[in-house]
Amino acid sequence: MNNTIIGHNLLIELKREAQKKRLAGGNIYADKIVSDIFTNAEDIVHKNVVRKDKQINWSQKADNILTSKITGYPIMLLTLGAILWITISGANVPSAILADVLFRFQDVLTGIFMYLGAPDWLHGVLVLGAYRSLAWVVSVMLPPMAIFFPLFTLLEDLGYLPRVSFNLDHIFKKAKACGKQSLTMCMGFGCNAAGVISCRIIDSPRERLIAILTNNFVPCNGRFPTLIAIGMIFGAGNLALHLQSAAVAGIITGMILIGIAVTFIVSWTLSRTLLKGEASSMVLELPPYRRPKILAVLYRSFIDRTIFVLRRAVLVALPAGAITWLVSNVYVGEISILAHTANFLDPVALAIGLDGFILLAFILGLPANEIVFPILIMSYLSSGYMIELDSLTDLQILLVNNGWTWLTALCTMLFCLLHWPCATTLLTALKETGSKKWSFLTFLIPTGVAFLVCFIVAQSARLLGLAP
Amino acid sequence: MGDSSVSHRVLREHFGINTKENQKVIALAGNPNVGKSTVFNALTGLRQHTGNWPGKTVDNAQGIFTYKNNSFLIVDLPGTYSILARTVEEEIARDFICFGQPDVTIVVLDATSLERNLNLALQVMEITSRVVICLNLIDEAKKKNISIDYAGLEQELGVPVVPTAAREGIGLEDLKEEVYQVGLGFKKVQPRKTHYSPEIEEALAALIPKIQDLGWGEFLNPRWIALRFLDGDEKLIDNIVRHLSLKAGQSLNSEVEIAL
Amino acid sequence: MQGAKPKNKSQITLSQIKEGSACTIAELHLEGLLRRRIMDLGFVPGTAVQCVRKGPTGDPIAYTVRGTTIALRKEDAAKINVFMA
Repeated sequence: MNNTIIGHNLLIELKREAQKKRLAGGNIYADKIVSDIFTNAEDIVHKNVVRKDKQINWSQKADNILTSKITGYPIMLLTLGAILWITISGANVPSAILADVLFRFQDVLTGIFMYLGAPDWLHGVLVLGAYRSLAWVVSVMLPPMAIFFPLFTLLEDLGYLPRVSFNLDHIFKKAKACGKQSLTMCMGFGCNAAGVISCRIIDSPRERLIAILTNNFVPCNGRFPTLIAIGMIFGAGNLALHLQSAAVAGIITGMILIGIAVTFIVSWTLSRTLLKGEASSMVLELPPYRRPKILAVLYRSFIDRTIFVLRRAVLVALPAGAITWLVSNVYVGEISILAHTANFLDPVALAIGLDGFILLAFILGLPANEIVFPILIMSYLSSGYMIELDSLTDLQILLVNNGWTWLTALCTMLFCLLHWPCATTLLTALKETGSKKWSFLTFLIPTGVAFLVCFIVAQSARLLGLAP
Repeated sequence: MGDSSVSHRVLREHFGINTKENQKVIALAGNPNVGKSTVFNALTGLRQHTGNWPGKTVDNAQGIFTYKNNSFLIVDLPGTYSILARTVEEEIARDFICFGQPDVTIVVLDATSLERNLNLALQVMEITSRVVICLNLIDEAKKKNISIDYAGLEQELGVPVVPTAAREGIGLEDLKEEVYQVGLGFKKVQPRKTHYSPEIEEALAALIPKIQDLGWGEFLNPRWIALRFLDGDEKLIDNIVRHLSLKAGQSLNSEVEIAL
Repeated sequence: MQGAKPKNKSQITLSQIKEGSACTIAELHLEGLLRRRIMDLGFVPGTAVQCVRKGPTGDPIAYTVRGTTIALRKEDAAKINVFMA
């Protein structure tokens, strides 16, 4: 005990002495220490490292093009478009094959259930509900993810992403946010929860919160399939096959640009209201480009990302499918519980260009965005129109029969792009911010924006007589 | 030895690190973008576990590898340019090296920008002597026509220097060997002392004896502490006191346990 | 806050360096965390720095320092005084 008291007094004395020295020296010690360490480093390098002069610096040459005032932006846009195009056109065929195999297996399952004499409701919950939404999620999601994630990881490995930040920083600065926010947005393309976690790279707490609150405006991989499917049906359905993917890639790129524009607007607004403050500094390293290791990229993107995201989607899709089948087949009076709820939501949904079933699907899709479209199709199917869904044409018929117009398609895509984040993202935001208030705003802001934008679009289109 | 290993364990548990008996703890430090996680993955394979540092939203990855029948627990520190602790990441990295008492600290350096990277290595070598330098990206350096005298560098730094190209799997066995040698105390290391300007050396000379009187010396380098006093890093000084009392409190408890 | 005016006539600020030109760091008028961060990256007095490129609107600006490329915002670079090479 005595020891610690003596130690304590000594410590105070020492602190005082050090402070006196610091003040006497004009407080230069801290700087001097850093400079001196670098002098040591210089000395060591000088003795042991030889740099041959004037080697060709490929990184600088690449940067001359990739961050140029003239070509920088077009290349960024083209890269985005190209990745989407490769994803969409590459996913078409495997998606169709997977759907074919999985839905054929559904018939096998039905056969088994009939052979065993299982009750209809059991067959309905397990096969028509759980299995069918699982088949949908896997066939619709797996191929685009298995293409998108490796392509994106490749870009990441190459070292391109910091250049995106470099190019876009001045816009973020105008919004009084950090240029590194664009890096977190890039991560958001894969998964918004990962995007929210990546906001850790932003030093200023204010700017980090802005990045967390707006990350959701970048559509994650769970939302791409919905956007792609709707884009395919209403934007490119009548085009020749080889033009379809390009047209859809164009539509999705447009959607992403809208998402980015909303990100800037919301960031700008937050910096002037809830999160008032000045833009702080940004220090960004531009590491040299490196040739990616293809095998490592494939392995990492497949194991870490594709399997991880797919697993989560499947885990959510199974119960959600079963529940959706139940609520759409349990009748209260003339119509099902699902239809009752949809009818209840209808007035609000119609005002923003959707219908009750669409809005309900988004609500039920809170656990994972991937299941929104499967739920929607299941609810439409159960409400009378029983068709075999093995082509996009059938899907189009189903949607049109349920009253879809181009406006419904557009508003559904916008709502999908802008609406509330999935439950995982919200929980991640809670963990990262440690605040219920900010996590709630992570939910509230996108929700408000989605309703507002869809309302304006739907009402203006109707006012101008462009849509019923 | 028994007592100090108990207190080491306590300090490590404070960082969320639980070691098995005889397991050596390896800290992995380095700048961002130097391939630190490639080295980590290459050493541990799939035997890893990720989470957060206790009470912080900073990634904490831990993994295990076995070499010559010895088990090593490797802790991936946040990628930082410095450990003078101005950000949470830097504070975590520094506190772990300082108070977590790793048996070896591997500092991963980018061979293509050694000058900037050595800044961190020299800072680490001021805290702990048990350092192994992993000189990574030597393949990139070769492409850029940078030639490095590995032996000269090793002699200059006074700690093992292992050239690696972790992405190609080059040099990792050598790295394990050096970690084994240093971690189990077979190889004695004598890290280079960083030289400071005369005015700083003078101030240090006046402070060091008094710091030695504090009796912290057994596990903290007095010269390094004196430097932090000059920095005006009061937070670190308070941290030291907190960790020391943690350590003292726990060894007291363990004595009671033994008595019972 | 604007960068402090260079005291010495031969000094200008880092933000004034043209693309492709080199200079030597004289003194830093940055504060707090940013000052430490920038020094830890090797921007210490006496260091040779080259301006490699500017962003689309002339901001941010990328510099090579000690073999690495670091981008800074213009107003931060304006708080670093340099000697022209």
